[in-house]
Amino acid sequence: MRVLVIAECEKGLLVPATLNTITAAQQIGSEIDVLIAGHDCSVLVDSLSKVAGLAKVLCCEHPDFENHITENLAVLIQSISGNYSHVMAAATTFGKALIPYAGALCDVQAISDISEVVDADTFVRPIYAGNALATVKSSDSLKMITVRATSFELTITEGGNAKVENVQSTGANENLQFIEQMLSLSERPELTSAKVVISGGRGMKDGENFKMLESLADKMGGAVGASRAAVDAGFVPNDYQVGQTGKVVAPDLYIAVGISGAIQHLAGMKDSKVIVAINTDEDAPIFQVSDYGWNEDLFTAIPDLTNALES
Amino acid sequence: MKILVPVKRVIDANIRVRVKDDHSGVETANIKMAINPFCEIAVEEALRLKEKGSAEEIIIVSVGPAKCIETIRNGLAMGANRGIHVLCDNSPEPLALAKILKMIVERESVGLVLLGKQSIDDDNNQTGQMLAALLGWPLGSYISSIAVNDKGFEIVREIDSGLERLQLTAPAIMTADLRLNEPRYASLPNIMQAKKKPIEELTPIDLGIDITPRVQTIEVHEPPAREAGIMVSGASELVDKLKNEAKVI
Repeated sequence: MRVLVIAECEKGLLVPATLNTITAAQQIGSEIDVLIAGHDCSVLVDSLSKVAGLAKVLCCEHPDFENHITENLAVLIQSISGNYSHVMAAATTFGKALIPYAGALCDVQAISDISEVVDADTFVRPIYAGNALATVKSSDSLKMITVRATSFELTITEGGNAKVENVQSTGANENLQFIEQMLSLSERPELTSAKVVISGGRGMKDGENFKMLESLADKMGGAVGASRAAVDAGFVPNDYQVGQTGKVVAPDLYIAVGISGAIQHLAGMKDSKVIVAINTDEDAPIFQVSDYGWNEDLFTAIPDLTNALES
Repeated sequence: MKILVPVKRVIDANIRVRVKDDHSGVETANIKMAINPFCEIAVEEALRLKEKGSAEEIIIVSVGPAKCIETIRNGLAMGANRGIHVLCDNSPEPLALAKILKMIVERESVGLVLLGKQSIDDDNNQTGQMLAALLGWPLGSYISSIAVNDKGFEIVREIDSGLERLQLTAPAIMTADLRLNEPRYASLPNIMQAKKKPIEELTPIDLGIDITPRVQTIEVHEPPAREAGIMVSGASELVDKLKNEAKVI
């Protein structure tokens, strides 16, 4: 088994989900290479080569990969896929777009969002928004997989001594031009890797009220998320969304504020270690999955909680 | 320009699914089915492009059992022009589906394929990407806006860290994210009219596509249930529990 993990970087930093993906790869095979493609990614090559247990770090430093365009990277992956039994990436928007694309180029039926490795051909993955878990077995000789990062630990980032090898760019697709990225800038930890996540739902009433959650999050070193209802209502941008079609999080502590707990939302947070729900509706389904429920108006509860943490 | 919109028939998003006792899958007998919500968003966007004069014809295609006709009619009732039903026993895997769609795209010479980003049953999130790869057309995945221009389409994608703007040269593939639009309801006259719109029937064999699955589902289980915990009555009690019982702060 030789596994290739596709590293993801953003703003010059390694996306932590890459390290969870390496852990999943280690459960499949003993020989693991990582491919990093980008522009000015040499700093990341150094730190990746120190990750324990990697054989090689393949680096493709070229402007073609500056903006992580799916098409360009998929062709590069196809060009080296013959050396591998498995190609894996994290199930982020980057990996979710990339792996099926590369899979079709290689005539492989990709497997999305695995949460468990059973053996080299067999994996568990959530379906129906996590309301069922399917064990699936692939008959393709090459497996192409995206990995649910929250289901695997971060790998150890020290003590390794991987060989670094440069690979050539396979070119850029000329039918597509990158124009710009409009990134949400936040001093807070990233939603999917934060230890504490505080999410607001429709009960927040408007976007301005999310400031309460932000100040609570800052007190706890946490990130702020939202339900789809809050995103749909325009309270916060889509990258806040936790759920089946948004981000999947599994922090140590998840605080759901004014969120009723639709199946769609639970799919994105029910693997959190401890769940707290604050809601005025005592019948809200969120209370059925929460460790600590507080049947209170959030506009009273959040200031109270913020004060209680101060004292 | 012709727009092709593939749609999938899935268990209604508001139904709580139940795993079958023999663990072979989830219960679908006598369960309310509906058009996959993301496919519905794709249909709506195609209609809006047509209403703006950017498209002449919208073709709805669904691949699967006989009942998929209902899902196609759903798209026709919203305002699409005609349908294609590729009849087979089960929904094929995304790769086989993408191969079928590629054949239809080539037969119909469409300029844009608009798909939902994922279906809410298998949660695969693959078909649009695979179709783009097979056709060699540019891909706009997870889009929240489309503007038609001289060269093709300027789109905005929703990515984990925010938004991304790309220019795609036509023809192109796009997969719809939630915020692209809010689908309309089909009016009664349109529902009646849709019954008269043509639906062509094909099979994977007609198109020369092998739909034998590559991935076998061995078993399906319920996830471990989370037990409801306790109710607290105030902030200081909650902080105390989180500090001393759960030890998470």
